[in-house]
Amino acid sequence: MSDATGEAPMLEVRGLTKRFGDEVVLDGLDLAVRKGEVVVVLGPSGCGKSTLLRCIAGLEGVDAGEVRLEGEPISGTRRDSALRQRLGMVFQSYDLFPTRTVLANVTLAPVVVQHRDRLEAEREAEALLRRVGLWDKRDSYPSTLSGGQRQRVAICRALAMHPDVMLLDEVTAALDPEMVHEVLDVVLELAEGGLTMVIVTHEMRFAAAIADRVVMLDGGEVVEESDDPAAFFERPETGRAREFLSMFEYKREKGKGTDHED
Amino acid sequence: MPGAEIVLDPSNVLRLLAGLGVTVRIGLVSVALSLPLGIACGMLMTLRNPLIRAVLRAYLEFIRIMPQLVLLYLVFFGTAGAWGWDLSGEAASVVVFSLWGAAELGDLVRGALESIPRTQYDSAYVLGMGRRQAFARVILPQAVTRLLPPAVNLATRMVKTTSLCMLIGVVELIRVGQQIIDYNRFAVPTGALWIYGSIFFLYFIVCWPLSILSRRLERRWAR
Ligand SMILES: Nc1ncnc2c1ncn2[C@@H]1O[C@H](COP(=O)(O)OP(=O)(O)O)[C@@H](O)[C@H]1O
Ligand SMILES: [Mg+2]
Repeated sequence: MSDATGEAPMLEVRGLTKRFGDEVVLDGLDLAVRKGEVVVVLGPSGCGKSTLLRCIAGLEGVDAGEVRLEGEPISGTRRDSALRQRLGMVFQSYDLFPTRTVLANVTLAPVVVQHRDRLEAEREAEALLRRVGLWDKRDSYPSTLSGGQRQRVAICRALAMHPDVMLLDEVTAALDPEMVHEVLDVVLELAEGGLTMVIVTHEMRFAAAIADRVVMLDGGEVVEESDDPAAFFERPETGRAREFLSMFEYKREKGKGTDHED
Repeated sequence: MPGAEIVLDPSNVLRLLAGLGVTVRIGLVSVALSLPLGIACGMLMTLRNPLIRAVLRAYLEFIRIMPQLVLLYLVFFGTAGAWGWDLSGEAASVVVFSLWGAAELGDLVRGALESIPRTQYDSAYVLGMGRRQAFARVILPQAVTRLLPPAVNLATRMVKTTSLCMLIGVVELIRVGQQIIDYNRFAVPTGALWIYGSIFFLYFIVCWPLSILSRRLERRWAR
């Protein structure tokens, strides 16, 4: 599944199968992500999107198939630190470290894992936090921040490790609607900057705007994949994708109710 | 109110303070021994090993079900009878209170460690932290913040319960008080009220700072 130049994709998933007990969650799934590409993964709740990202991140083992990073097989949960640092992940529930300030959340891993100089790590954290508009919150504790602010800090925390690929799992699903934008704007900016990302989201307009490619999962498989997100959202080819996308639309059959016409 | 002279008498004051010293000494030594033992128990209890879990569970239940007094008798008289050990009352008390503290603190440590959401481990993992680093930098600080208020509470309970030690002959604060009251039974008939009033006050000055500390910590860390 290498691309035309013969170069291995940044991230590749081949025949990935994952079971929980008897339940086959991922069933021989294939996916390739080129360097700098933004792939959006869609699909109904429970179809295995999080499981896919967790298998890629090494948080779950795989039952068959493999995950490759720049051609190198990396399946499984026993990865060395250097490898784990190459894949950044942001979770739906932010999961900041509650006993540390915003600044310390961002600098902890660069200092203790990458042994970078504290001042240098703080300077970089400053740049990241300024970029997401949270530098003035550097000394606050996560519990005092809004969900949107926490999620922006979580993104900075992952970016501070300079990952090759970012995995974002429904990063706005726990947010109040007015905070969704501030987080997704940050993600859009990362895409502009050329960061390779795999994004799971239910924000369809965001997905259409950011995706280089859309992949729809259902029943543990890719049911539709498109390099043309606009076309995918306008005219999905498969019935299952049409059905899925129709869940995000609302139509009122006007004229049926007689009393409450506009 | 007559009888105040009994607590103004310097020799009585000194005896009460000496009794308080014994109370605090048993309490502090037991708390100090409980800390490493309890932390070790708690960490072992979080292991998946079913044998270790069962043994520690049984230990905890045994200590909890037994009244502290029975434990004191068991260690003080039981070891003398069975093996001819000659433990002093104070040593037996320290043994019992340390075993009690270790069991209860162990359960608190286990609870605190298990209450840390799995996603915290996940976050540390994807940031490249090793298991030790994740434990020391991410999990432990959170566990300690959850643990401190109930642990301070446990320490105050331990100090208070040292009053039972007089029943195996330890002359601690309450026992000293009783001795003074008995000695002055006829000279100062209202002595009991004054002495127990003073003892109340002495326990108060030892335990009150601990409760304040625990409440402060709880408020600070209620996140
Ligand atoms: N740790 C787990 N143990 C057992 N079943 C799990 C576990 N994680 C996920 N699952 C199951 O796998 C399926 C896919 O879950 P998930 O990947 O979270 O779906 P999605 O993110 O697409 O909503 C669900 O049926 C879920 O119940
Ligand atoms: Mg999910």
